[in-house]
Amino acid sequence: MNSTATQTGLFSTDRRDKWWVGPLASGLGLAAFGAYSTWAAAIGVHYEFGPYLSPFYAPLIKWDAFPFSPAFLILWAPLGFRATCYYYRKAYYRAYFMDPPGCAVGEFRGHGYKGETSFPFIIQNVHRFFMYVAVLFIFMLGYDAVKAFTWDGQFGIGVGTIIMTINVLLLGSYTFGCHSLRHVIGGKTDCFSCTKFGPVKFQAWRGVSFLNSRHQLFAWCSLFSVGFTDFYIRMCSMGIFTDVRLL
Amino acid sequence: METTMSVYRGDKNSGRFVDYKVKQFEGMVVLDAIHQIQAEQSTDLACRWNCKAGKCGSCSAEINGKPRLMCMSRMDQYNDGKPIVVRPLRAFPVIRDLVTDVSWNYEINKKIKPFKPKAKEADGTWRMQQYEVDRVQEFRKCIECFLCQNVCHVLRDHDKKNEFGGPRFLVRAASLEMHPLDTEDRIDMIKDSLGSGLCNITKCCTEVCPESIKITDNGIIPLKERIVDAHFDPVVWLWRKITGKPAQPTK
Ligand code: SF4
Ligand code: SF4
Ligand code: FES
Ligand code: FES
Repeated sequence: MNSTATQTGLFSTDRRDKWWVGPLASGLGLAAFGAYSTWAAAIGVHYEFGPYLSPFYAPLIKWDAFPFSPAFLILWAPLGFRATCYYYRKAYYRAYFMDPPGCAVGEFRGHGYKGETSFPFIIQNVHRFFMYVAVLFIFMLGYDAVKAFTWDGQFGIGVGTIIMTINVLLLGSYTFGCHSLRHVIGGKTDCFSCTKFGPVKFQAWRGVSFLNSRHQLFAWCSLFSVGFTDFYIRMCSMGIFTDVRLL
Repeated sequence: METTMSVYRGDKNSGRFVDYKVKQFEGMVVLDAIHQIQAEQSTDLACRWNCKAGKCGSCSAEINGKPRLMCMSRMDQYNDGKPIVVRPLRAFPVIRDLVTDVSWNYEINKKIKPFKPKAKEADGTWRMQQYEVDRVQEFRKCIECFLCQNVCHVLRDHDKKNEFGGPRFLVRAASLEMHPLDTEDRIDMIKDSLGSGLCNITKCCTEVCPESIKITDNGIIPLKERIVDAHFDPVVWLWRKITGKPAQPTK
C-alpha cells in the first residue's frame, strides 16, 4: 500500500465498517416520509373518520377562500420545526449534502464551506420560534386525541384512538426534548441557586435533558407515527380498513 | 497468533505504509503492537504515548480509518484476517511516523478568556452546588487527545484552521461559560474567534471522544443557543432593551 497521510476525494476513507448504512437509511427514510406527507397533504380528502382527525390536518382550518388543501395552512409549522431541528440538520447534512457523508470519510472540498454562518443555513437560528409553535401544536393534537375517545357523545375507544394517543405521546417526547426548549427552560442559566425559581428551572431543564438525550430516537419514532396515524385514518375513511371498536 | 500491522512511516512530505508481523497476546492493545515493533523490528518508529491507560491523550492515531487512542483499542476487535492499518492523525502535519504537530491547538487555547469568578461571599468564600457544576464537570473530563479536532470535517476536510477553533475548544469555552461562579462574557469570542457557526452539528466529534463527552449536544448546541440569544433573537433583543438586563441573566 502506498499513500501519504493526506486524505483526498469524496468518500475516500480507510474505514472498513459499513459507515454508509446510517446516512443511506436516514436519507431514504426522510425521502419516503417527504413523498408520502406531500401526497397526503395535497390530496385534501380522507383525513377524517369518526372522531379521528389526521395529524397532517390538525388543527383543522376550513377556509373556503383557500384554494388548496387545508393541510397547507398548518403544515409549514411542523415542517419548519423539523427542518431546523438540530438532529435533522445532522441527518440531512450528512445524507444529502454529504458534508460530511460520514466521520473520517472524505467529502467535496474547496466549495467555500461556510457552515451555518451565512445564507441559507444561518436561517437555522430561527429554530426556537418554530419550537414555540410546535409546543402549541402538541396541546392541540392532545385535544384531538382526547376527542378521539368520544363516539357520538359516548365514551369509546377504537384502534384509531390508541394510535392517535401514542402518536401524540411520541410527538410530545420529541418536541419536549428540543435543544431550544432545553435552553429556554433553564439551560441558559449557569447558577441555579442564585436565580429566582432556580430549583424549578433546574428540574425542568433536567426533564427536558432526559428527553433530549433520546432526541434522535423520538425524532424517528414520531415521524413514523405521524405518517402511520394519517395512513390509518385515511384507510378507514376510504373504507379499506375497518376500525375495530375496543370499548 | 500472528497479526500484520500496516504502519505509516514517513514525514509530512512523503511516506508509505510498512507491514510488520507481531505476536498477538491476550488483552493486547494496538499500542502494545507498536511497542513490540519498536522493540524488535524497527527501533526508529516514532509514536507518542505516556500512560497506556487512556488518560494522557498522547497516543491518538487512526486505526483502520477510525480516530482512536491506540492504548484503548484492543487488537482482538480487528481479527478479520486483514492487516491492521495505523496512520497518524490526518488533520495535523506529520512530524514523523505516528507523531503529528498539534501545536496549533495550543494557540487556539490562548484565545479563550480565562475563568473570572464573581466576588467572594461575606465570609470570604465561594459557594456553588454540586448539581450546578455537574454540567461543566463533564467537559473537564477532556484529556486533550485531539481526536475530535482530527475528525471534525471543518478542520479535516475544509481546513478552516484560521476561522474555526474546533470542538475541543468549544467544549473548553463551554466549561468556563457555563460555570456557576464565572462572570466573564465569552459569547462574541465563541461566535467570532472560535467560529462556532462553522460547526454544522454533524456530531463526529461526539462519536470519537474517548471520554464520552457529549460535545455537540451538551457543549456546542447550548453555546449556539446562547449566541442566538445574543445575536439572532429579536424577542430577547426587545426584552433586553425594555428591561435593561443582559442576554444571560446570571452573568
Ligand atoms: S459537530 Fe461540529 S465540531 Fe463536532 S465534528 Fe461536527 S462540525 Fe466539527
Ligand atoms: S473533547 Fe474528547 S475527543 Fe476532544 S480532545 Fe477532549 S477527550 Fe479528546
Ligand atoms: S432540536 Fe430537534 S426539535 Fe428542536
Ligand atoms: S497512552 Fe495515554 S491515552 Fe494512550
